[in-house]
Amino acid sequence: MKQRSFLLAPRPEANSRRPIRRELVVGWLFALPALAFYALFVLVPFLMSLEYSFFRWDGIGVMKWVGLKNYLTVFEVPVLFESIINAFKLVLFFSLIPVGLGLVVASVMHKVAAGTFGSVARTILFLPQVIPLVAAGIIWGWILAMPGLLNETLRATGLESWARAWLGDFDWALPAVGMIGIWVLLGFCTVLLATAIAKIDPSLFESARIDGSNWLQEFLSITVPLLRQEIGVCLTVTIIAALAAFDIVYVSTGGGPGNATAVPGIQIYILAFTEQRIGPASALAVLLMVLVLLVILPIQRLTREERS
Amino acid sequence: MKISRLELLTGRLLLLVLMVVTLLPFISIFTTALYPSNTVPSGFGWPAEPQWVNFVEAFQVANMLVLLGSSSFIVLAVVPVALLISTMAAFAIGQLRVPGSRFLLLLFVFGLTLPFGGIIVPLYYLERFLGLYSTRLAVVLPLIALYMPFAVFWMRAHFVGVSPEISEAAKVDGASTWDLFWRIHFPLAKAPIASLGILMAVWTWNQFLLALVLVEDPSQRTMAGALGAFQGHYATNVPLLCAGTVLILIPTLVIFVLFQRQIIAALLQGAVKG
Repeated sequence: MKQRSFLLAPRPEANSRRPIRRELVVGWLFALPALAFYALFVLVPFLMSLEYSFFRWDGIGVMKWVGLKNYLTVFEVPVLFESIINAFKLVLFFSLIPVGLGLVVASVMHKVAAGTFGSVARTILFLPQVIPLVAAGIIWGWILAMPGLLNETLRATGLESWARAWLGDFDWALPAVGMIGIWVLLGFCTVLLATAIAKIDPSLFESARIDGSNWLQEFLSITVPLLRQEIGVCLTVTIIAALAAFDIVYVSTGGGPGNATAVPGIQIYILAFTEQRIGPASALAVLLMVLVLLVILPIQRLTREERS
Repeated sequence: MKISRLELLTGRLLLLVLMVVTLLPFISIFTTALYPSNTVPSGFGWPAEPQWVNFVEAFQVANMLVLLGSSSFIVLAVVPVALLISTMAAFAIGQLRVPGSRFLLLLFVFGLTLPFGGIIVPLYYLERFLGLYSTRLAVVLPLIALYMPFAVFWMRAHFVGVSPEISEAAKVDGASTWDLFWRIHFPLAKAPIASLGILMAVWTWNQFLLALVLVEDPSQRTMAGALGAFQGHYATNVPLLCAGTVLILIPTLVIFVLFQRQIIAALLQGAVKG
């Protein structure tokens, strides 16, 4: 490389520029390995997704250009379009409930959980975040099963009429999957928000107390506004988890019953790897990536700007 | 801070309930794992005759030793390489500030919110084309690549904060750029590199989709990927499935309890910065 830059700059006036050139080359050499990996296994597949989405292809035969037809398919075939709707329904469970509840719990934790109790609570609440989502799916698959923990509890408390195979019920399967999401993500949001609350100047809370504010007023006027950025972080992480959900759904329901819990990730998998319909699978994949960006960018904007 | 007794009590009670709800599922699969194999356990109490042998059986049928080996291999192949190359790239962007580094950063940031599901189909065909499908590297190489946006972004945040004077001084002393990086900046970045390493190790161990699609043989997958296959085979044998799940969770839980401070800190920072 050194030699090449020499050859490229033989004229005397270029001499002064040579060190800069060298730095440029060396600098880019440092970035090269990361860039190469990223280009080959992320950027190229991304472009391939785009390409596939305009073709009809079974994975083996000849690819046939079909223009926007695959995108139309995603919008016209109810099963596919509903997977996008289901993803947004999951946002309620994976994102809005954990973040909302997490805020409340974090502000309670800040008040009452000092010392050992607090750190034990932190550890336990965080536990579901470190285990594989697949394990979470299996564990809850059993809890929500017909003779499982939840139904036994209902029976024991006289609510037997409520007992059902939650994950096999057309109306309840999606909320049941959502419940798993709450279990996984609530602790994460709580601990993240609690850490942020601990950094708020305590004198703010003191003076609010002196002014006679109760917990709710304090929560709404101090905690929530000052945590804007962290709330944004929680929303971003959890919304991506909802829209791009795969592991939990694949393991607990496989998208069923019928297509009641099918989300885009599941439909992409089924279309591509069991039905060999690469075109629609890729169109859905592209839409999924666009959707995530469309939802995340405004949140980032809203929650980051206000602080600076 | 002064708070009333009532507030303290209700607050702690709320937390306790939450902790119990978080722990119950773990306890539930543990007790279920002790019921006789191939039965449908009813209730969630302690079984009359706990079948500890279920764990032995699950250990054998799940091929745990091979799995541990395969998962460890994948983690050990992914994490050091990803750490080194992402730190180098972040060094170029944040410290050397080479011309075009803004563009480089943007290029990497583009991948930050990319769902793995978005590129899994082409990855499969790309790996078939490259002859990587179902090999030991099938999961390793794409994972390294998929971590680059976050890792570069994370390490850049560190390098932007390091005063360029350190580099200037070293250059005056005649250090090459590589020396500058390897002898001076890499050791200085130990803390963020360690956090990043923990994060990527956890993510890799728990990676499911890539393992499911890109590796045919479950015994060559990650822990999570193998667990998925195990569930497929033993879905009807609930006690055995639970025993297998418990076994597969044990390494994660042990590591989490040992390094909980670092892991929680890393995951939280990871979220805030990413």
